[in-house]
Amino acid sequence: MKMELIQPFINAADAVLAQGLQSPMSIGNLSMEQEAYRRKGVAALVAITGDIEGRIVFDLDPETAVRVASRFAGAEMPESDELVRETVCELANQVTGNAVTALNDQGFHFRVHPPVLHTSEHAPTSTEDTEALVICCETGSGSIFMNIALRYNVQLSGERAAAGK
Amino acid sequence: MEQFAALKRSKDGQPVRYLVVDDSVFARKNLARIVETFGGQVAGEAGDGLTAITEYDRTNPDIVLMDITMPQMEGIEAAEKIVGQHPEARIVMVSSVGYQENIVAALQRGARHFVQKPVKPEVLYEVIKYVLGEDGAVASAAGAGA
Repeated sequence: MKMELIQPFINAADAVLAQGLQSPMSIGNLSMEQEAYRRKGVAALVAITGDIEGRIVFDLDPETAVRVASRFAGAEMPESDELVRETVCELANQVTGNAVTALNDQGFHFRVHPPVLHTSEHAPTSTEDTEALVICCETGSGSIFMNIALRYNVQLSGERAAAGK
Repeated sequence: MEQFAALKRSKDGQPVRYLVVDDSVFARKNLARIVETFGGQVAGEAGDGLTAITEYDRTNPDIVLMDITMPQMEGIEAAEKIVGQHPEARIVMVSSVGYQENIVAALQRGARHFVQKPVKPEVLYEVIKYVLGEDGAVASAAGAGA
């Protein structure tokens, strides 16, 4: 996966988290996921289709999810609150939307699908053409993991190029 | 959260009434919280475009805050249908996906403005003022709490 695909997600996470949490974030570990993805806590998945296809999973351990949701909402939330899961989904939506906006400016065309709660323990194993990169965003409320698995849709890009678009 | 000088309807001095449309409960609550700092009132909420159309008919709001990416019917299509039936409708698209094609498509189908998420209250406030035009009035400090 090329850095041109990743950097917009890092920038978007920085912007969205800094505003929502009202504190800076830093990038911790970056790693390529070789094994099947294992969910850590409250996770939201956003699918992308178009010139680039794949999915982004935002994953927070339950305590971090509560702290982040409480910061975003401006009020303390109980761990069981549905709103905590909703907040993680909206966080995923905002980061992905902002990243996709930047990628669109580079000429890529997409459709972003509504975020869904990722409830299974595992996601499909990475493949040769869909590597998963895990980015750990360190915030004052805890670690937020972005698991990004994207690939170029060569066929669609080729068709667009042939059509002169 | 920062408080703003209250935006009122100029015709009767009543709070501006909003219809908030977003599939995320969190996003709706967040927008509701923001418009309340503008002195506004949430007249209704909807979680998808189809419900937004019926809620518009039911509540007849002054402003619609409409997400784009939603299940059942997306925001741009819902905006087009609402404006088709109510040409006076003031719809502000509020979405994290802020690329030009989306913005142009929304404006061409009747939306009045676009605000990208995460929403900055001061930006939304200025957009609402602009979209209301002469139909909105900023209450004076003395009258803001009235």
